[in-house]
Amino acid sequence: MKFVDEFRDPAAARALVRSITDLAGTDEFKFMEVCGGHTHTIYRHGIEHLLPPTVELVHGPGCPVCVIPMGRVDDAMSLAEQPGVIFTTFGDMMRVPGSRGNLIEAKARGADVRFVYSPLDALKIAVDNPDREVVFFAVGFETTAPSTAVTLVRARQLGVKNFTVFCNHVTIVPPIKAILESPDLRLDGFLGPGHVSTVVGTRPYRFVPEVYGKPMVVAGFEPLDILASVHMLLQQHRDGRCEVENQYTRVVKTEGNTQALKLMAETFELRPHFEWRGLGFISQSALKVHHDYSEFDAEEKFSMPGVRVADPKACQCGEVLKGVIKPWECKVFGTACTPETPIGTCMVSPEGACAAYYNFGRLHRETAMLVGKNTTEA
Amino acid sequence: MCLGIPGQVVDIVDAQQHLAKVDVNGIRRVISVRLLADEGLVVGDWVLVHVGFAMSKIDEAEAQVTLDQVQKMGADYTNEIDAYNSSEIA
Repeated sequence: MKFVDEFRDPAAARALVRSITDLAGTDEFKFMEVCGGHTHTIYRHGIEHLLPPTVELVHGPGCPVCVIPMGRVDDAMSLAEQPGVIFTTFGDMMRVPGSRGNLIEAKARGADVRFVYSPLDALKIAVDNPDREVVFFAVGFETTAPSTAVTLVRARQLGVKNFTVFCNHVTIVPPIKAILESPDLRLDGFLGPGHVSTVVGTRPYRFVPEVYGKPMVVAGFEPLDILASVHMLLQQHRDGRCEVENQYTRVVKTEGNTQALKLMAETFELRPHFEWRGLGFISQSALKVHHDYSEFDAEEKFSMPGVRVADPKACQCGEVLKGVIKPWECKVFGTACTPETPIGTCMVSPEGACAAYYNFGRLHRETAMLVGKNTTEA
Repeated sequence: MCLGIPGQVVDIVDAQQHLAKVDVNGIRRVISVRLLADEGLVVGDWVLVHVGFAMSKIDEAEAQVTLDQVQKMGADYTNEIDAYNSSEIA
């Protein structure tokens, strides 16, 4: 158990792993971790090597960078290339490939693309450059959407006229539903997202046990949190229970963050449908700027292609995002597609399953045992 | 991009606009605490910071555990701290 030494409390990790192994017995279990942050922790700490072979973790669609379809990246590029526009984005989106390259290349060709830490930084750029149009490329699940919401409210308060949001915020429940409806995959439960749940709470997941008969445990981001959550899922199976449980109680409240939900309801409305990379069109799964805030909606202010673009044929991000295949089973993984030259989105963000696996996970269990713990710190 | 990094409130800069100065790993920046308007934040409180916003109040023990955890992320963590350092909000 070389990996356990890295844990904050190795004894607790060992005890949990023993208990998980006992609970699982000879039955096979497949649990999906919905959130990219969990995928990162799992590969970073070699958790999949700690679990008994009967307990498998598969990666879900919860990396907001990974699920943005190519057509939207093309729209972003076209916005960035309009004269007078300062296009602002989180760093992770800079390398996401569209059909005409990525935003770094657009910048090299002369577009004014700026990386920002916060949507409020983008608003500051707008205030400082009143003669330019500043567009913020908003991506993210409910974790990030409230920050865009506050920024929209603040923009109105300040009377800013040259600031708009290109809104690509998505919501977590519809893709979970789509995966549960998918015939490709048999799952025995979910590790629920931690930070999304600080905003939405745990109630929106009730349909998972109630309609689909699968348990769900909202999990924290420490390695021990993941192990404890897997344990809770197995315990539910052994007790014959099926419910939403919260392992991350020190941060997540049942009701979520009511301030954030109120601000989101004020500034966003549901799109009738939205395309997800790999998952296709999912109805009511994404947010647009509310019509009361339309002066801050880049889609109202600018024209853009709005064309659907199919993923490259070689790319299997769709299957990875649905947990149907593991990153290394993709034909281009680590060869044509690497973090330096990504073909698919899952290789771009550090939270993408492919990038996380590429960076941390490639050590096979037996190899790891042979070469010792030093290599796990690479 | 979904990192939540612990920081400690060192100054309530503008209570009306919900702006607070928060120390993340020794770097102090003004962030929005609008999403925690119901929490009655005071100087000394710990919060999880995500894209320039305090997204939840946490206790000090949780802050320490999370900080140890995210620091192990190496480049992803230092990139996030650099970005935090560069932040200048409206």
